[in-house]
Amino acid sequence: MTGAQHVLEHHLTVYRRTWKGSLFMSFLSPVLFLAAMGLGLGSLIARGPVRTIDGVSYLVFLAPGLLAASAMQAAFVETTYPIMARIQWQRTYEGMLATPIAVLDVLVGEFGWLTFRLALSSCAFFFVMLLFGTVHSVLAVLAIVAAILTGLAFAAPILSWTATRRTDQSFALIGRFVITPLFLLGGVFFPLHQLPQVIQGIAWLTPLAHGVALARSLSLGVLAPSAGIHLAVLLLYAAIGITAARITLQRRLVQ
Amino acid sequence: MASTPTRPDALIHARGLSKRFGDLVAVDAVDFDVNRGEAFGFLGPNGAGKTSTMRMIGCVSSPSGGVLRVLGMDPVHEGPRIRARLGVVPQSDTLDTELHVDENLFTYARYFGLPRDTARRRAEQLLDFVQLRDRAHDNVEFLSGGMKRRLTIARALVNEPELLLLDEPTTGLDPQARHLVWDRLYRLKQQGVTIVLTTHYMDEAEQLCDRLVVMDKAKIVAFGSPRSLIDQYSSREVLELRFPIDTTPALDGLDGLAERIEALPDRVLLYTSDGEAAAAAVHGRGLRPESILVRRSTLEDVFLRLTGRSLIE
Repeated sequence: MTGAQHVLEHHLTVYRRTWKGSLFMSFLSPVLFLAAMGLGLGSLIARGPVRTIDGVSYLVFLAPGLLAASAMQAAFVETTYPIMARIQWQRTYEGMLATPIAVLDVLVGEFGWLTFRLALSSCAFFFVMLLFGTVHSVLAVLAIVAAILTGLAFAAPILSWTATRRTDQSFALIGRFVITPLFLLGGVFFPLHQLPQVIQGIAWLTPLAHGVALARSLSLGVLAPSAGIHLAVLLLYAAIGITAARITLQRRLVQ
Repeated sequence: MASTPTRPDALIHARGLSKRFGDLVAVDAVDFDVNRGEAFGFLGPNGAGKTSTMRMIGCVSSPSGGVLRVLGMDPVHEGPRIRARLGVVPQSDTLDTELHVDENLFTYARYFGLPRDTARRRAEQLLDFVQLRDRAHDNVEFLSGGMKRRLTIARALVNEPELLLLDEPTTGLDPQARHLVWDRLYRLKQQGVTIVLTTHYMDEAEQLCDRLVVMDKAKIVAFGSPRSLIDQYSSREVLELRFPIDTTPALDGLDGLAERIEALPDRVLLYTSDGEAAAAAVHGRGLRPESILVRRSTLEDVFLRLTGRSLIE
């Protein structure tokens, strides 16, 4: 797969131009969220009748959920407009396919890049969690892996969809009707079991609820049997997405 | 064309080559051979099937029917091996606008698996070849159209290809930029690189191509050298007449003045071996055109003769 390595190398070369800004945002965003929601809102909760959420402070509850949700958002951003640019606005893939690189190389290289990108922002997030003192277990490091898998579980299906699009119209709709509702109702800001049964049911069909649950239990140092189910759902979404992307990207690029 | 000899050393060999997209026939059973060292052209209007043919040769589109061999290999099964020895200049540039000029060359060389130091050396040489040395560290988005095109050509040369495919290399460029591109392509040809290009500019085809095929509506309608096509399908000279608006005489008023007469919306073309004599005869009949031009036949005339239409509409 040297072709895939060269695709990854290309993306990293481009990233060398932009990494400062994007890495800064990877730190800034968790700082703002954890300060405002975790500490700000958390201090109100601590003074209220419940005091803790599922037995921990609100900040400790919130942080791993946000970690997974940020990976989802990063995956969404990386697999819509930039992929569209490489397919038809800048035609990066067309240039690559005029060399020994094949469509499968493009796809594998792209997922290598996405994994790198998600790992970087998740590590930055985890570092911020350390600063806020929400990490109490060595197992918590694995929450980074849970976040990366959450990102890939979204990245793969969205990329397969993007490869079928001629315009970017649907991206804003995905953001509005999938990503934002999941962010708000996927178990990040309050426990899922507080929601009506129907919404809980829908939430558990999506990768985010599983990613959040996995990241949260790992960050608390708990390795429950349910972790296996969460992991399986995330991997299933990623696998189905990659298989679909292989078909749609092939159809789009090689006619 | 049945009469095209099959050459065992042909770099590209196509027989009955077809491409269909659903009901649309983009390329309809074309035959051609491209020989090593020549410059071969596909001339035709937009939508004639030139780009579809080029994409099949470039192994990014599989034929719907017929035989295609590139460098002796089957593009469907040996795409990456063939592409390793091709250079491709696509119709619209696919440059990395976020990267510098030299980075574009270096990254592209890496796609071909060239070691880093070789890639760097090759990039340096090509910057000189396309005269972009002083722009090496500029962002691509700040280059002019002609410079971008030259960079795209340089990028297609990083793997020292045996066969260079160019899809409309100078469309959209100003005359000076076009001549610079032509000059570089001419040098490549002298170095022994086989060149295949599509164009809808007859002057480009005449400048660059040893042989060409004329395509129209998915089919090859003629083939040969530019000179032989002109000899075969046109007269030595053309007399162009423009009449004041709404006073164009009925064509039978010009009857017998030329071997063939074509009436276009804005002018009348008289195909004749002696333009000056025909012009005198027009005057002799009392006709007073607004302007008179005697010129040599071009491939544009060939195309008009073959299809009844102008090349660029």
